[in-house]
Amino acid sequence: MTLLSVRDLRVLFGTEHGEIAAVDDVGFDLAPGEILGVVGESGSGKSVTALAIMGLLPKPPSRIGQGSIHFQGQDLLQLGERDMRRIRGPGIGMIFQEPMTSLNPVFTIGDQLMETVRVHQHSGPKEQRERAVEMLARVGIALPARRLDDYPHQLSGGMRQRVMIAMALICNPKILIADEPTTALDVTIQQQILELLLDLRDELGMGIVIITHNMGVVAEMADRVIVMYAGKIVERAPVNELFERPVHPYTRGLLDSIPSLADERERLKTIPGTLPRPWALPAGCRFQPRCRWRVEACASTVPPLGPVREGHESACLRQQELAAE
Amino acid sequence: MGRVILRSIAGAIPVVLLVTLITFGLMRLIPGDVSAALGGITSTTEEREQIRKNLGLDEPVHVQLLKWYGGLLRADLGRSHFLGKDVTTATFERLPVSFSLSLYALVITLILGIVSGILAALRQNTWVDQAAMMFALIGVSMPNFWLGLMMIVLFSVHLGWLPTGGYVPFTQDPIGWLRSTTMPAISLALLQVGLLARITRSTMLEVLRQDYVRTARAKGLPNYLVIGKHALANAMIPIITVIGIIVSLSVSGAVVTETVFSIPGVGQLLTSAILNRDYPMIQGGLLFVTLMLVGINIAVDVAYAWLDPRVRFERG
Amino acid sequence: MADSAVAFDEAVAAAAEPERRSARWDTLRRLWRHRSFKFGLALFAIIVAAAVLAPWISPVSPNKLQMRLRFEPPSWDHPFGTDNLGRSQLARVVYGAQLSLFIGTMVVLVNAVFGTLIGALAGYFKQLDNALMRINDAIMAFPAVLLAIGVAAVLGRSTPNMILALSIVYIPRTARIVRSSVIVVSQMEYVQAAVAAGAGHWRILRRHILPNSMAPLLVQLSFLFAYAVLTEATLSFLGLGAEPPAPTWGNIMSEGRQYMREAPWIITIPGAALAITVMALNLLGDGLRDVLDPRLKIQQ
Repeated sequence: MTLLSVRDLRVLFGTEHGEIAAVDDVGFDLAPGEILGVVGESGSGKSVTALAIMGLLPKPPSRIGQGSIHFQGQDLLQLGERDMRRIRGPGIGMIFQEPMTSLNPVFTIGDQLMETVRVHQHSGPKEQRERAVEMLARVGIALPARRLDDYPHQLSGGMRQRVMIAMALICNPKILIADEPTTALDVTIQQQILELLLDLRDELGMGIVIITHNMGVVAEMADRVIVMYAGKIVERAPVNELFERPVHPYTRGLLDSIPSLADERERLKTIPGTLPRPWALPAGCRFQPRCRWRVEACASTVPPLGPVREGHESACLRQQELAAE
Repeated sequence: MGRVILRSIAGAIPVVLLVTLITFGLMRLIPGDVSAALGGITSTTEEREQIRKNLGLDEPVHVQLLKWYGGLLRADLGRSHFLGKDVTTATFERLPVSFSLSLYALVITLILGIVSGILAALRQNTWVDQAAMMFALIGVSMPNFWLGLMMIVLFSVHLGWLPTGGYVPFTQDPIGWLRSTTMPAISLALLQVGLLARITRSTMLEVLRQDYVRTARAKGLPNYLVIGKHALANAMIPIITVIGIIVSLSVSGAVVTETVFSIPGVGQLLTSAILNRDYPMIQGGLLFVTLMLVGINIAVDVAYAWLDPRVRFERG
Repeated sequence: MADSAVAFDEAVAAAAEPERRSARWDTLRRLWRHRSFKFGLALFAIIVAAAVLAPWISPVSPNKLQMRLRFEPPSWDHPFGTDNLGRSQLARVVYGAQLSLFIGTMVVLVNAVFGTLIGALAGYFKQLDNALMRINDAIMAFPAVLLAIGVAAVLGRSTPNMILALSIVYIPRTARIVRSSVIVVSQMEYVQAAVAAGAGHWRILRRHILPNSMAPLLVQLSFLFAYAVLTEATLSFLGLGAEPPAPTWGNIMSEGRQYMREAPWIITIPGAALAITVMALNLLGDGLRDVLDPRLKIQQ
């Protein structure tokens, strides 16, 4: 059974360079209890995909070019704003990269937790409060009842991300989208937050889409992985398969650079060059200017996403060769 | 919070000292012999001597300065010989008139300025935005006394809807008060409406880009909560700091507006003092109004802190 | 001064020159593309042209009394009408533009010099900062127009006194803006490098800090021009401007006010001219701010 099914999604942005596709032909499925990792550099279109699912992309400048996003049988792209609002929260929850700025500084965390319950469920103030305390306890916050009256600036970064998680899960969503949930945190805190997410998945059984540029996070969390480059999916595989037998040269480059995962610039040294500007994409394969395995055909043919093995797909003209290595 | 209040009061002390000193010094800027200027060319030496004595100019400067500060401690801003009253008394008599007019203008400013600024931000780059910003530009460019005169020509002279001037106290006749103060309040408010609308728009645009607004949307909150609660509560913090500037502009504006509409407020008191060369009244009135503004700015600081929990709970 | 400092300056200047030139062109190009800047510039050019060409636009002197022609409404012969003394309002308005723009220009120049001086001293020399800024704060605590009224009232009415009064009111506001950009620029690396190379204070201020903190000053000065023209008119209207019969816009409106029933054109036209001038300068300032320093917020 699939919970979320994204097909042929194409998101366009109007810019001064004309209309550009930030997300191009992206599709994936998510089952209940499953964790899908979406990996790529910043600018690869992974956050735009997440915001498109939530219906949170600013329009204009963005618009959906084509595709569908089915959640429990409904195409979210066909829903009006009012119906979409009922999906956000009880259907799909989302947490963001910056716990420092993602909570509103002028309201107490109790207020921000309880208002979420208030708009989605018809319960009294007492139940809302109990629910908020329960959720704070569940994300591992000590003395939760006392924390309700705290303002975000009184909490540490890790605590704030826990509060964000509590807020995203307070209405029991079927899916949690986590956009770089640990990037802004210390290494030890990162670990705690990832473990918390795994525990919550086991306990509550929601599906998780985790977006990250960090292969370490993927290895620890994901069941299946999609790798994105310049708006397109370049490889899709179960996590063990991807780590053991990566096919696409870009994925290989990412994996080669895992040891120095501290700094993104450092990390990508093994892949020469930089992500192309979205309004100046190279012809053919978008990765070809940076690719060690490039052949002439790469500059003229757009490689389709095709099967390499059972459950493993890649978008490279030489994938059979590479897979056989 | 108490710390915040104490700190803003402490910060205002040097300003108050300097403001009073500058006001004292202002009277010493009068070129030549004041008594000759006031008494006229035909005045006798005795008359001039008497004028100097009345103004307290017959004593050495340091004595004058001591007397000035001594007076200030007793809320004595000097005496207007032209009116035959203490400056403080004369000002306080006129204060309710100016206060009611300014309050009316402030209400117009806040409603129109904030609403049009928010609408412009929410509908950025549409005709709503452009119309609101055009209106704001006209507001900040239009001389308020001229706007007042134009309104008198149109609504009083041609259409005869409203009186050309004068003032009816609210307590006596609320309708009459409204009729006598609406045109002055609008002409007084327009500049500040423009200013506030522009600031509200840019602040709101800034706030709408913030992560917590996205979080509020991601929680499935309806638009009125996202905008009216999450965005507005944050936008109000910088907007509050502008209120000090707005009140200051409104005080300056009131001097002119009251003159145009013959409203017997503090502003008109000052302009007639100018025409009559009533120096103690000019000096005292200027100081009175400025000190009031310093007080308002302290209140603004405190309100700012109260709105922002990051400042409210600041330690040290 | 240390030779190394001179060498350093030259090296920096040489390295930056082509870039600076192209940046300058880029700025001009972006200004030219800015719609409201262009519109403001056009409006302002019209007003300046009217002021400069006053003797040709109106051969009649602004103070020529023609008692037979009192209260003539606007017509082909008297495009802006005449006043209670039969003076040509066209002449009075265009000569009034001369006076308004002259006063505005003078206030801007005085501010540019003294505002920069005080702001640079306060921003650069920490020892002076506190004292200078306290005085600044105190002057800024007075409502601007009211303080100008106070100063003009004690000085007496004349054009130089008007310039002085407006300068006293607005210099602290200019100094404050220069000070904050000087503080930002002095922390830049190339300034620190110049200090390390042993350059003297004066040289650092003149060669490195001031040229790089000009953008906010330029924005401020264009708004200041607007405030100065507006405040001058306000003071003239209250009877504190240049001595009549000098035709300032404020004076014309002040005198015309008592005839606004019979001859509303006397106050309508100079007021509209004033509003257009102020709007033009505001548009110019907005454009400069958007292009030169987009981070600047609308401030007084």
